[in-house]
Amino acid sequence: MASRDDIKFLSNPNIGKDNKKYCRFKKFGIKHIDYKDPDFLIQFVNPQGKLLPRRITGNSLKYQKKVAVAVKRARHLAMMPYVTDLLK
Amino acid sequence: MKQYEITFIIDPVLPGDEIQTVAKAYEKLVENEGCNIVHVDDMGLRQLAYPINKRNSGVYKSIEFQTPSGAVISKMELALRRDERIMRFLTVKLDKYGVKYNSDKRNGLIGKKPKTISDTPVEESKAPIEDLTIIEGIGPKIAKLLNTGGINSYSQLAASSSEAIKTILSKGGPSYMVHDPSTWPQQADLAAAGKWAELNTLKEKLIGGIQPSSSEEE
Repeated sequence: MASRDDIKFLSNPNIGKDNKKYCRFKKFGIKHIDYKDPDFLIQFVNPQGKLLPRRITGNSLKYQKKVAVAVKRARHLAMMPYVTDLLK
Repeated sequence: MKQYEITFIIDPVLPGDEIQTVAKAYEKLVENEGCNIVHVDDMGLRQLAYPINKRNSGVYKSIEFQTPSGAVISKMELALRRDERIMRFLTVKLDKYGVKYNSDKRNGLIGKKPKTISDTPVEESKAPIEDLTIIEGIGPKIAKLLNTGGINSYSQLAASSSEAIKTILSKGGPSYMVHDPSTWPQQADLAAAGKWAELNTLKEKLIGGIQPSSSEEE
């Protein structure tokens, strides 16, 4: 018997939810971004190895700048590529 | 006292002991300038993200030191630049957060979190999770529900009553209410005993895991 509870998704339940982006550095109190940790920095670049914009990552301006510096340092030390494809 | 960190890449084609002597030579250089070496991080041979001087890998070393004056930096960088065995180097001044981060990392405070996350699935896999979906009427979703409800093996399922299973199912939402677990302990009992042939004959009788109303219990 299909009761009222069984009728679940007449519309996308995620629409209207408050899935606001946030700055993970502010939220989790990360103060220092290590340029020697490419596995962490890979989250902030696209598959071509380019930096993702703040509008995608949700980083605050302060930490986006630090991410950018860390990624550039990692590139200099050949821990991350300058140009590539299918990075992720 | 300012704290600096010099990371450099040594040519991997050198013989093993020469790589060590190169690294030691730069440690000496820093020490002779009256600096206090905090830590030497030997990151070892790593794959490069792009080739440098036709090399695809390099030996990474990182020296972290405190210095009263910045005079050592220019000397150090000049020496690194002149050295053909060094492929790349980078000097970074550490702020207070950087100093704290590095000390935390040495003490295992950072990078511990992913370890504990990876620890828990290892523990779970230690307890035998058997494929509950073999039982007629249980799909992968219900199997997951049962696992979270503490039922991981056939013997556990066989021991639990159909009412107990029903309460576990009801936690998964109203859509699981339609499932009838009355025969599941019986099936699980056979599976736990390894009587696969008997289980198959029983499964053929059952329709969707429910005892047909015409035939009574065996």
